[in-house]
Amino acid sequence: MSRIVVLDYGSGNLRSAERALQRVGADVEVTSDHRAAMEADGLVVPGVGAYAACMEGLNAVRGGRIIGRRLAGGRPVLGICVGMQILFDRGIEHGQLTEGCGEWPGTVERLQADVVPHMGWNTVRAPEGTRLFAGLDADIRFYFVHSYGVQKWELEPSDRIRPPLVTWAEHGGEFVAAVENGPLSATQFHPEKSGDAGATLLRNWLDTL
Amino acid sequence: MSVAVRVIPCLDVDRGRVVKGVNFTNLVDAGDPVELARAYDAEGADELTFLDVTASSSDRETTFDVVRRTAEQVFIPLTVGGGVRSTDDVNRLLRAGADKVGVNTAAIARPELLGECSQRFGAQCIVLSVDARRVPAGGRPTPSGFEVTTHGGRTGTGIDAVEWAARGQELGVGEILLNSMDADGTRTGFDLDLITRVRAVVDVPLIASGGAGATEHFPPAVAAGADAVLAASVFHFGQLRIGEVKDELRAAGVEIR
Repeated sequence: MSRIVVLDYGSGNLRSAERALQRVGADVEVTSDHRAAMEADGLVVPGVGAYAACMEGLNAVRGGRIIGRRLAGGRPVLGICVGMQILFDRGIEHGQLTEGCGEWPGTVERLQADVVPHMGWNTVRAPEGTRLFAGLDADIRFYFVHSYGVQKWELEPSDRIRPPLVTWAEHGGEFVAAVENGPLSATQFHPEKSGDAGATLLRNWLDTL
Repeated sequence: MSVAVRVIPCLDVDRGRVVKGVNFTNLVDAGDPVELARAYDAEGADELTFLDVTASSSDRETTFDVVRRTAEQVFIPLTVGGGVRSTDDVNRLLRAGADKVGVNTAAIARPELLGECSQRFGAQCIVLSVDARRVPAGGRPTPSGFEVTTHGGRTGTGIDAVEWAARGQELGVGEILLNSMDADGTRTGFDLDLITRVRAVVDVPLIASGGAGATEHFPPAVAAGADAVLAASVFHFGQLRIGEVKDELRAAGVEIR
């Protein structure tokens, strides 16, 4: 059984993430303990609310360092919602720029759509070779609730690194819905709130550990 | 493809039990909100709303327990409203496992509460619940002709309901739950005029509520601008199934899950 730590840094929705992971067979601990977070088979970084508030909470438990050290050792990390957004270089909310963890280049910015927040069940376009979306129909829907997103994937292609798998969704324009990049995975939607589709995705992630 | 219109059943919960008749078959305990939540999830509900109608604050612990147990067993979004008076109330509900919290009367008395909540918890989890009605004869007129009510629609406030929804968005709420008190319980259809007017002034998601009585009532509410449709008794009494409503919406060209 995979041992998973859900990183507790004061952001909401921890209980849902914990239960959804248990549902697909993980042994879950919700904690900010550095050692537990380092030693777990997989680390889940949730996040809801404002980018700046999440970064503040994450910095308070030195979460960026935990994420960075795990990745340096090839140890899996899954970011969810704002937990995905903080993996990018920066977020801009209400004109305020907040520095993120910088695992990927890119900027989290307000969605340009008639109705914001983007709230509800939407489809995604997963690339070939995806492991997270394996076994899921192309028209399957996941639950999103966010006003900001990464609308431009800025990582330059290189012959020397395997390109990350980027999944896109659309609301007004296109935005990044998920990324699979070696040990680092992330979803803008909430798998823990996406019913059976979300359970399949989480199980797929556990299978990669 | 775009985001699907959500179909949301609403359960009235009093001291931990579902009130208003519930006519689900195959339930061990039809008054248990958790079991009903599971049944609606299985039927394809896109989200659930609990309206806490518990009168006494001393009995409200039961609500937190229900929310906790539901969040442990149901993996779709859960909104909880009713009796929310402070940021602390919101915090407790979110920590118990609610994804969104509805604020109603307390915001009428003190609108700043909406801003405080959305700043602390994020706009995405704060819903402004507006109980609106047409200003009755003899009442103080409002610009839109609709006013905000309290006490289950019995008491008018004289506040313009359309302006109030716009104000809620300004103050930072992430969604508007618009309940027509005139249509509520009539089962003659949603108040399309009200939906259209509020849609014209807000660009946060809009949930239409009140008046659903038949499947054909739902597509016009979406056409009028609703991003989600909510109903209570027609679902509980088994008069309409979630799947039937979705079939009707799909036939009308609306994207559903």
